[in-house]
Amino acid sequence: MAAVTVAVVRFGGSNCDRDARRALEHLGVDAEIVWHEAGLPEDTTGVVVPGGFSYGDYLRAGAMAARSPVMEEVRAAAADGTPTLGVCNGAQIGCEGGLTPGAFTTNRSARFRCEHVHLRVENADTPWTAAYDDGEIIELPIAHGEGRFEIDDDRLRRLRAEDRVLFRYCDAGGETTAAANPNGSTDNVAGVLGETDTVAVLMPHPERAALPDIGPTDGQGVLRAFEFE
Amino acid sequence: MTAYTATVTVRLKRGVLDPEAETTRRALERLGFEIEDLRSADRFELDLEADDAAAAETRATEMAERLLANPTIHDYDVEVAEA
Repeated sequence: MAAVTVAVVRFGGSNCDRDARRALEHLGVDAEIVWHEAGLPEDTTGVVVPGGFSYGDYLRAGAMAARSPVMEEVRAAAADGTPTLGVCNGAQIGCEGGLTPGAFTTNRSARFRCEHVHLRVENADTPWTAAYDDGEIIELPIAHGEGRFEIDDDRLRRLRAEDRVLFRYCDAGGETTAAANPNGSTDNVAGVLGETDTVAVLMPHPERAALPDIGPTDGQGVLRAFEFE
Repeated sequence: MTAYTATVTVRLKRGVLDPEAETTRRALERLGFEIEDLRSADRFELDLEADDAAAAETRATEMAERLLANPTIHDYDVEVAEA
């Protein structure tokens, strides 16, 4: 296996950067936290934009970080096929920054939701979901106030037609009901691909479900996308 | 160059749920006010120098497109006045 260094991009207000690094290192993937002003290291073979509250969620969650100079580099790396993952605030940044379609905005309940949710794997034929089966139900934690996925009907149709929905919120039996939708996301969408399958964002936290010592490890599969580069 | 103030108003598109506005509406009702509906918007006042009002509007519009609004969920309008 070639040397792999995943850059975990830290902004002021990021708070899942160390979780992401620890989870990746547990899987044997070399990862380092990179301060956004330093830019991506030359040997970057993967990018994680972690969760948190970058720039205090000013204007809109992710709006400021999405327009920071390092995101120009992240977009370029993503366009070159470098695996790029945005989690939670990183997902908001990804959508604000045009890596992925749609937007994540205020939860339907207007409340912060911090709990474990069930997700149905919608497409197991991507680097982020290859460890799962189509239709498999996994459990990941969420922790967000602005996780409601919004997208217009035409773009949603295109996302579905192109099989770019990764995960949908569901109940324990795999039904994508309104009751199992923690934030009112359109079509229960929890995570999507960008224009290519090497770019993904999701609101749930795979890095918080990756260490056996602290609980379930269903999130490992998402992070394994960084193993095979 | 003339000094202008461009006012950019950003609001959610029709049909996009606004849980904060709904919460605010309910709070007003708890205070005893009767209200049919409530919409919220963000307003940005930009002081800038430009050759004419049209140029000022063009720049403010670009700012709305690139940062102040998110075209996925927002509509916006721009008004320009001499400062």
